[in-house]
Amino acid sequence: MYYTAQHLACARGDRTVISGVGFQLRSGQALILRGPNGSGKTTLLRCLAGLTPAVAGSISFSPDEVAYAAHADGLKAQMSVAETLQFWAKVFGARDVTPAIEGFALEPLLNRRVHTLSAGQKRRLSLSRLVLTGRKLWALDEPTVSLDMQAVAQFAGAVTTHLTQGGAAIIATHIDLGLPEAEQLDITPFRATAQTDTDPFLDEALL
Amino acid sequence: MSIWKYANPTQFMRTTRWLLPWLSALAILSVGTGLIWGFFFTPDDFRQGSTVKIIYLHVPSALMAINAWLMMLVTSLIWLIRRHHVSALLARAAAPVGLVMTLIALITGGIWGQPMWGTYWAWDPRLTSFLILFLFYLGYIALWQAVETQDTAADLTSVLCLVGSVFALLSRYAVNFWNQGLHQGTSVPVATGGRTVSDVFFVPLLISMAGFGLMFVVLVLLRTRTEIRARRLQALLARERAAS
Amino acid sequence: MIALLRRDLLLAVRAGGGFGLGLAFFLILCVLVPFGVGPAPATLAKIAPGILWVGALLACLLSLDRIFQLDAEDGTLDLLATSPLPLEGSASVKALAHWLTTGLPLTLAAAPLGLLLNLPAQATPWLVAGLALGTPALSVIGTFGAALTVGLKRGGLLISLLVLPLYMPTLLFGAEAARRGAEGLDATTPLFLMAGITAGTIALMPFASAAALRMNLR
Repeated sequence: MYYTAQHLACARGDRTVISGVGFQLRSGQALILRGPNGSGKTTLLRCLAGLTPAVAGSISFSPDEVAYAAHADGLKAQMSVAETLQFWAKVFGARDVTPAIEGFALEPLLNRRVHTLSAGQKRRLSLSRLVLTGRKLWALDEPTVSLDMQAVAQFAGAVTTHLTQGGAAIIATHIDLGLPEAEQLDITPFRATAQTDTDPFLDEALL
Repeated sequence: MSIWKYANPTQFMRTTRWLLPWLSALAILSVGTGLIWGFFFTPDDFRQGSTVKIIYLHVPSALMAINAWLMMLVTSLIWLIRRHHVSALLARAAAPVGLVMTLIALITGGIWGQPMWGTYWAWDPRLTSFLILFLFYLGYIALWQAVETQDTAADLTSVLCLVGSVFALLSRYAVNFWNQGLHQGTSVPVATGGRTVSDVFFVPLLISMAGFGLMFVVLVLLRTRTEIRARRLQALLARERAAS
Repeated sequence: MIALLRRDLLLAVRAGGGFGLGLAFFLILCVLVPFGVGPAPATLAKIAPGILWVGALLACLLSLDRIFQLDAEDGTLDLLATSPLPLEGSASVKALAHWLTTGLPLTLAAAPLGLLLNLPAQATPWLVAGLALGTPALSVIGTFGAALTVGLKRGGLLISLLVLPLYMPTLLFGAEAARRGAEGLDATTPLFLMAGITAGTIALMPFASAAALRMNLR
């Protein structure tokens, strides 16, 4: 199973941020997106997740195969950890929440309300949702923010498990997760500068 | 050659540049003729006296208030279906003009109503629906200004325009029902269009209506040109920022 | 979908203000009006249907911006949009949750508050029936307004401007039904017309809401 994108251009708001991006990823492989802040990593991931339509180019997979984890945790302070997991399990039609609990060591937190969790614990809960989606391709935006060394290792373990089970992952991150066979993609060169082809208001004849 | 050619901003600018002076001259001529003829060269009505002459402002502006919304509806649909930027900008440009037309219709109606019905305002179905139309224009313009991303703003206002049109139509007939339920028999007769008006009054009224229509087109084209220039400025600034 | 409904209701209960705020506002409004127009029973009885309807409408408006705003801020909306739930379904469920937390309590509270405002006893059934039939439309239309303004920092004020004109037909038929009831007339016609509007909005507005949401997520 291959996941490919070709000549992809993605926009945020009115502006095309990146263009000409392409990659090929097979099951069991991870792709690490590199690039400084503002280089378009988030925009690319949102595009792959189907939240913004691509301006140009083609994607070989459907957004329904992508599990997206954003910067924001998407958690409700008033709900308990167990309630949160059960809610998302129902939304994604997952029967069992135990893999998520085990993968991210949430067992001792189950009955706590989310607002009593630390930032790192919230992050773990948020990431555990990926397991519940049952989707093959994970699109992760800075997943290790506010995780400590141990939790990062745990997260890397969860990603590795996902990869060995035939999944794939696209991860925007600055740190080294030590994933086997991970491929790097620096998206800095794809930053869109000339928008002439996409923006009719930049026509030079227009006065 | 198709009409969609003009959906390109460059083509639109090129065409309107030579079209606008002619249209403006024609608009000024016909509005001027209609109003001057109407105000000074028609006899006073035997019942209403000279107050009847406000009809030359009232009816054309009311007509354009509704037509402006209809035009926005069409251009919004075109934007949603074919995503032509000029279409969205035309809708955006038309809204304030429509708002002012609605306001003129309401104010002249009040001024006319005072000597005729003894009141500036009555909750008559026709008057009320114009007030509702006024509110719709306000909401539409406010939404345009609140959303910063231009394409998103165009999308959202188009959807609002579609939904708003349905509800405006609903309200139009709903107030009919409400008013009959409230004041039976006391509903105010409103002079409508030219059917009840004799030719002496009707010819200048027709000219005036045509003039208001032309004036609307001129104003909308002018405003659209401004919008296109503003968008170009934005795009240029964004490109400069991206390059630096 | 049921999970989403249960979650929204749970949040409304736990976050506080979900149930209570609209109701409290409704109560305060009904207490303030006699201060404003004087305590004469005849005057109050005459304007009671209108006050109760306008009050219900404003109370409904209060909580509209929370429908999507909180979910958008913490990223839940992105996740819902990428989930297998259709966005139209999510919008309908959100509207239903909003109705259960505002429209339904308002309907139930209207009868006792009607007593407070001297509403003629024969009008009460018409008023309650009208609110029961009309408030779902208020929630569904309000959800559309919330979807339009979800990306905006100060969406609250704008929502009122966008949504209130859309509430016009519902308000008009609802208040008319209560007024006819107060005069001892048959009020089924305005009620049927309003039920028609409610049915139409419930069927169609979620599509407009979902479209607006998609545009805002872009």
